[in-house]
Amino acid sequence: MTRFIDLVLNGISLGSVYALIALGFVIVFKATEVVNFAQGSMLVLGGYVTTRAHDHMPFVPALLVGIAATAITALIIERVLIRNARGADVNALAILTIGIDILLITELTRRFGSDVLTIGDPWGNKLVHLGNLSLPQARLAAITVAVVLLTGFFAAFKYSSWGVAMRAGAEDNEAAALMGIRRGRVTATAWMVAGLLAAVAVVFLTAFPSPGLDTGAREIALRAFPAAILGGLDSTGGAVVGGLAIGLAEAMTAGYSVTFLGGSLADVIPYLVMLVILLVRPSGIFGTRELSRV
Amino acid sequence: MSSALTARLRRVRVGTACRIILVLILAVLPLYLDNALLQTGLFSMAAVVGAIGLTILTGAAGQLSLAHAFFLAVGAYSYSYYAGVKDPSGASKAHGLGMPPVLAMILAVATAGVVGLLFSPIAGRLRGIYLGVASLSLVFIGSFIYENARGLTGGFNGRPATEFDLFGFHFGQDNPPLTVLNVVFGRFERLWYLFLALAVLAYIFGVNVLRGRMGRAMQTMRDSEVAAATMGVDIRRTKAGVFALSSMYAGLAGVMVALAFTRVTPDYFILPLSISYLAMVVIGGLGSVGGAALGAVFVTALPTLLSRYSGSLPFVAEPASGGYDAGKISAALFGVAIVFIVIFEPGGLSALGTRITRRFRRSKTEGPATEPKRAMPRSGTVTRTQEDPV
Repeated sequence: MTRFIDLVLNGISLGSVYALIALGFVIVFKATEVVNFAQGSMLVLGGYVTTRAHDHMPFVPALLVGIAATAITALIIERVLIRNARGADVNALAILTIGIDILLITELTRRFGSDVLTIGDPWGNKLVHLGNLSLPQARLAAITVAVVLLTGFFAAFKYSSWGVAMRAGAEDNEAAALMGIRRGRVTATAWMVAGLLAAVAVVFLTAFPSPGLDTGAREIALRAFPAAILGGLDSTGGAVVGGLAIGLAEAMTAGYSVTFLGGSLADVIPYLVMLVILLVRPSGIFGTRELSRV
Repeated sequence: MSSALTARLRRVRVGTACRIILVLILAVLPLYLDNALLQTGLFSMAAVVGAIGLTILTGAAGQLSLAHAFFLAVGAYSYSYYAGVKDPSGASKAHGLGMPPVLAMILAVATAGVVGLLFSPIAGRLRGIYLGVASLSLVFIGSFIYENARGLTGGFNGRPATEFDLFGFHFGQDNPPLTVLNVVFGRFERLWYLFLALAVLAYIFGVNVLRGRMGRAMQTMRDSEVAAATMGVDIRRTKAGVFALSSMYAGLAGVMVALAFTRVTPDYFILPLSISYLAMVVIGGLGSVGGAALGAVFVTALPTLLSRYSGSLPFVAEPASGGYDAGKISAALFGVAIVFIVIFEPGGLSALGTRITRRFRRSKTEGPATEPKRAMPRSGTVTRTQEDPV
């Protein structure tokens, strides 16, 4: 039973990191209809800048620098590239972000070489003991930070004028523009929020017990894709549910070492879960079904 | 009217003549190139076949797919399974059926098509971008299978691919020996002609599919599913069909890669391979068969050519020196090319080509210009027209 609770906590912690990344996908998709394949390299970028800044300052300011760098990069991508391709169809925009991803990751790979960086988070390898359970502090911190960020985001999404503008824009772009909503600002903020989430998520992805940060972190961002998709690409709540589902599934299959053909199924479980859900619900669990009227 | 017709006929004939001349040039190249360049050529021709399949799926039918690497692997592994035999030394666990290579190649292509069809309950129902992300999963699930289903794939170290032979003519060794114009025809020269034939067939087939009934159906579906359904196009069937067709192309490309490598290893069929196929078709111009071929050669040959001539190119750094070596330069170039093409010239190289030839032609004949295909349809009311390059 302790083992089960341990795995559940692990899963929730992993899932909340996935949820942060998946939320980044969803916000960008809602605001600009772009499926952002560059999110993975944004993640690596955030980690890289944080690590380098940490050489000169304590962790928290370093993280802020990392967040700023990622958010500004996201802003530049939106202003310079996505905006100029406005009106291109969804697939073309996705391909555009793949191009951006190639560029970013090539430069980051060159800078990394074969290094594995430690991001220098304050939790290190310390453990928290709760009764029989012992959990890495970083895992607990991931859950706490995710809960705070997600609550903040959903509150802003529901009550702030930015949130209202964003929802209106996603509902009906032209009507929103006619009502005086400045789309440019909304989409720019959406991209910056996605950048921020990526820079925060990478801290927990590379914290103990993970070995550290290398460009492989990009692949982990890709594992958050199933989370966004199975929740529904245009559903913010779905991103959280999807993230937790994927995190739990992964922690369980890894914890009970479920194997298939002799390999650990945990490696592919996010993708399997996504395929099964998509078979039943082609737009994800909470995604809007597209209806066409003739 | 008649002058327009003759102009059109002349255009077709000029185009065909250019293509025949290109094939002839490619046919004499093995007499001059060394083995390293020949090998680059082999991989380029394999990529041409794969890219034509992807441009039909992503360009003509508008279905974004990142699963191409997976279907290449299906082709490569099933070829070496059908044609291969169990390693007598027991070093590899992989089994094989020992079929004749020709049969194995045909069956491998068919297997890739069937696997593509098996994915159709998902591929046929998903809309737009959902398919792109769902197809991503096949690459990762695939990697898991290649490394773990050792009886089929040989596991982490892969398995050897049986050399190809056709009615006693071997393509992997000098048997029977063949010398043309004092050039000994070894493995690379022989495979070159085999691959050239396959690539030309794939090209002709692709062009005809796009011109035919199925091609029209796909393009209508891409532009509007509702309109296509109204015109009697069965959307699910068309999606499933085009997915299977593109998988078969990928399967053939996989067989060709296996033959060129002589080995099938899991570390080749990973996500970056899918992405470079996407780069090929975007650079070439989505939906254009000729463009896909050009893009494939460009993307495949550039890294090798850059590293080969890195000594005489001042901007190419040594590998692993922390600078921009040949691989990184080409990766960055592909990234830049994709970004620029999506923003400035969604039709890619093929639209650029049309534009140039049209300008050339208009100054000569003053004939009426035909509206070029839009490869990436722009939604909304304002569409950029690609004309009047003055």
